Amino acid sequence: MSKSDIPKIALVGNPNSGKSSLFNHLTGLNQKIGNFPGVTVDKKTGYCKLDDHTKAEIVDLPGTYSIYPNSTDEKIVYDILGNKADPLHPDIVVVIVDASNFKRNLLLFTQIHDLNIPCILVLNMMDIVEKTGLAIDAHKLSAELGVPVIPMKARKGQGIDVLKKALLENLEQDFRPIFNAHDLAPEAIDAVKETFSVNDDYVAYQMLQQYRINSSLTENEKNLIADIAEKHQFNRDDLRRKETLERYAAINHFIDGAVKETFAQLPKRWTQKLDRVFTHKIWGYLIFLSILFLIFQSIFAWATVPMDFIDLTFSELSIFLKSQLPEGALTGLLTEGIIPGIGGIVIFIPQIAILFAFISILEETGYMSRVVFLMDKIMRKFGLNGKSVVPLISGVACAIPAIMATRTIENWKERLITIFVTPLMSCSARLPVYTILIALIIPEKTIGGVFNLQGLALMGMYLLGFVAAIVSALIMKLILKTRERSFLVMELPTYKMPRWKNVGLTMYEKSKTFVFEAGKIILAISIVLWVLASYGPGDKLERAEEIVAQTYSQENLTQEQLENKVESFKLENSYAGIFGKAIEPAIKPLGYDWKIGIALITSFAAREVFVGTMATIYSIGNVEDESTIKSRMRNEINPETGKKRYDFATGLSLLVFYAFAMQCMSTMAIVYRETKGWKWPMLQLGYMTALAYICALVIYQTLS
Amino acid sequence: MNLRSVADLTPGESGIINGFMDDTLSLKLLEMGCLPGQPIKFNFAAPLGDPICVSVAGYNLSLRLDEAITISIQ
Repeated sequence: MSKSDIPKIALVGNPNSGKSSLFNHLTGLNQKIGNFPGVTVDKKTGYCKLDDHTKAEIVDLPGTYSIYPNSTDEKIVYDILGNKADPLHPDIVVVIVDASNFKRNLLLFTQIHDLNIPCILVLNMMDIVEKTGLAIDAHKLSAELGVPVIPMKARKGQGIDVLKKALLENLEQDFRPIFNAHDLAPEAIDAVKETFSVNDDYVAYQMLQQYRINSSLTENEKNLIADIAEKHQFNRDDLRRKETLERYAAINHFIDGAVKETFAQLPKRWTQKLDRVFTHKIWGYLIFLSILFLIFQSIFAWATVPMDFIDLTFSELSIFLKSQLPEGALTGLLTEGIIPGIGGIVIFIPQIAILFAFISILEETGYMSRVVFLMDKIMRKFGLNGKSVVPLISGVACAIPAIMATRTIENWKERLITIFVTPLMSCSARLPVYTILIALIIPEKTIGGVFNLQGLALMGMYLLGFVAAIVSALIMKLILKTRERSFLVMELPTYKMPRWKNVGLTMYEKSKTFVFEAGKIILAISIVLWVLASYGPGDKLERAEEIVAQTYSQENLTQEQLENKVESFKLENSYAGIFGKAIEPAIKPLGYDWKIGIALITSFAAREVFVGTMATIYSIGNVEDESTIKSRMRNEINPETGKKRYDFATGLSLLVFYAFAMQCMSTMAIVYRETKGWKWPMLQLGYMTALAYICALVIYQTLS
Repeated sequence: MNLRSVADLTPGESGIINGFMDDTLSLKLLEMGCLPGQPIKFNFAAPLGDPICVSVAGYNLSLRLDEAITISIQ
């Protein structure tokens, strides 16, 4: 087989059917997350060795209940499966169903089957099926459906080998549709088949049903279909209703032959009991709050140890290299630009990993949908949707996947508001900024024996972001008008133990994506910053020693004091210093100096650059000093007052500024893509910057 | 025939789905397995009374009250 002949296999299934477990089993660490062309939904692809000679490309499609999408996320399934010319159109579709909830799960299978793509049906969760006394005869079902049917326990990895073998076999099935679309709309279907040279009735029927949202059709083609539909009175909704009923009738027929149902509802007992607690009037909310609290405490308590270690390692590496390498511009770039830059990326990993571990556990267990259930009514008051809770919580990790997660919200206004306010949630990129500033202005004390004061301050920052998001949502609710209805028809899955392998993979994948995606920007900015901070216009920098020596010739300075003066003179007259000084008048009322100004400028692209910038600014020419970034900032003196630069007022004002300001190019790019225009990202930028500036101003002026 | 909807059920009570009062919503509900003739059981409501959790087709589904009211039962 040549390389281009690698078979493409798509995984399709309902949400909660165990699709991601199967995907992880098939691909292991051999997977990557990208974007579907044109949209920003996570596209997970990976490679799987079916046997010693054959490799297959596995594409994980978003979970959906039906080929008729309700959200932009689900639309991808139809885009790829309904269009044979799509580059991602698979050779084989593996439809995975939750066999313990057989009927509803089979609906999607029958739809995909009728598109005439070779299918394999995987019956997952057979362990639960066995426990409930249900008996499914896979052979019989396979004979009735005309496709291979493979029982599986994906959580335990059972059945994977059988699936691999089935994927290798020749899947030339003799095709007969389960739902006969042609009977319902013969003229319209024949007309589409002829005009677009389509072979299959159901493909033509789907084009008639969904041409409006079909991204592979040109405007002209859409008009053609619209004409056909009108001419032959193709009543979309009516036909779709008939189709669903006919499909369920067919499913019942299959089940009659192959499934022995005992009407016991055994496995839900645990779920019932847990729901009584998790959705309880008081306990429900208390537990939710405690989980949030646990997340923040653990991020602060657990992540700081490896973070301090990383911080120290990188500063020592710089010192070591500086002492070993010959002096020169290249050494300077390496020890003062690149290494602190990489350190500024790596330092995030512990926090990102912990955050994503929690989020993935909450989703894996099924608890996340209870949060949606608990919060829906409250969120609706603020113009949001229960489902907005997931993006808002994910926003604590990173606004980018969070904004992508808003795709599950069907209502456009609610989705737009969620997108607009999510960046106000404190993301993990703010964490290092918070961590370092809180450590500088809040004493490390324990109150009441358990609560770490710094941890509480951190939680306060997150609460602040949340309140800002909620209040902004309320304002937007009053401004935006819509007549579109909002839905919350959502499955409440049974509670399950998290699959630790999936949690581990999520942590690994998200950290990797962060290091390589965000890392590129951070590293690039660090290098640019180093250049800007090391060079300046004219010859002032070369003549720095001379100028400083002249200026202070009257005073009796020690060699060390003189060197420090030289270094700060150099920074002040570098390009970075000039930029910082240029914006100093604007930020002085907030309590910032030009050095912080440099950090604000570089943070515009990505706020996580703050710590790296601080590291670069304070380490220029200063690497021999063994202290870490934190202690360097602590020792920084405000020359005007002679007191500490990072006192309470400045620190708090800076904290609030970073909490509210839109300092993330990637978020703006995602919002641009999701809202299909610059209007919303620009409004967001303006709104958040103004909010940040005003709040920081009020705080500094009140406190100082 | 008295017109009752899922929203009229009390916790623990079941009914048989009769039909739908909302065309757009019915498409979605049908695909989610809410079929006429199927039993539907009101499990419990969220702490603030809305949304509610119902059992249908062997699984749990959450619905807002204004969605539940569109499913008529007998």
